[in-house]
Amino acid sequence: MNENLFSSFITPTMMGLPIVIIITMFPSIMFPSPTRLINNRLISIQQWLVQLTSKQMLSIHNQKGQTWALMLMSLILFIGSTNLLGLLPHSFTPTTQLSLNLGMAIPLWAGTVITGFRHKTKASLAHFLPQGTPLPLIPMLIIIETISLFIQPMALAVRLTANITAGHLLIHLIGGATLALMNISTVTAMVTFTILVLLTILEFAVALIQAYVFTLLVSLYLHDNT
Amino acid sequence: GAHTGSKMVSVIPVKEKKLMDVMDVKLGELPSWILMQDFTPKGTFGAFQGSYYRYYNKYVKVKKGGIAGISMVLAAYVVFNYFPYYKELKHEQIRK
Repeated sequence: MNENLFSSFITPTMMGLPIVIIITMFPSIMFPSPTRLINNRLISIQQWLVQLTSKQMLSIHNQKGQTWALMLMSLILFIGSTNLLGLLPHSFTPTTQLSLNLGMAIPLWAGTVITGFRHKTKASLAHFLPQGTPLPLIPMLIIIETISLFIQPMALAVRLTANITAGHLLIHLIGGATLALMNISTVTAMVTFTILVLLTILEFAVALIQAYVFTLLVSLYLHDNT
Repeated sequence: GAHTGSKMVSVIPVKEKKLMDVMDVKLGELPSWILMQDFTPKGTFGAFQGSYYRYYNKYVKVKKGGIAGISMVLAAYVVFNYFPYYKELKHEQIRK
């Protein structure tokens, strides 16, 4: 059972071909591009959602921060759709792989830090020392703030990986438990209901993307605009 | 066109092969149609792009499109994902 539990997280290869590339690109099919003024229902719903999200997300940025709009919206769409598609039976979720999340987190975080340093050097460096600290504490506090800065990309990546992986594992475990308990009827109903509730809560994987982009966005805001 | 008498597999005459759309090919002619398609990267990409637009125009772009258009894609995706895991899932049995 141990090997079976983690077998859904290996990168899928079919007859030796790495189809993980195809699976990672699959969500892009679900978002057709609008060609007319009034489109079909799928595109209209997606347009409405994107406008809603982007308005809310970009309202706290100034002019300079809003140039990141395309990047942030495509990020939230990618992570959201990938996580939701991972809830289908037997599907592979690319965001469970730490490599992908690190690949997303580190460049984006580095971009925000570098932007902050280039345009507002003094203000960015001033983040390392909160106002009003007593004099003896200053060296230690600078070290602590530096560590907390460098831990940001790691936290972003590991947070996403751990949440999605843990959710999938729980679904596997509880589903397996339900199957095993099928002979004992009374307990089965309760356990099955737990699965249902868990799946619904896991649908808030979308909320997790919200957390991801929001955190990224807070970081961007802080570095760019003070 | 050329007919090979009473055999099951018929061969498509050379002139018409490449221009035939995939929907017009008869089932018996499929192997020779596949061999005649263009396998260059540009050609393969064109095949995928063409099939995407055909599916999209027929099932998603309709006036009162419901959930059926994308549900079919998702169902096909589930079936597609079953194949890499068949080897590991073979050992699981439903206990009596």
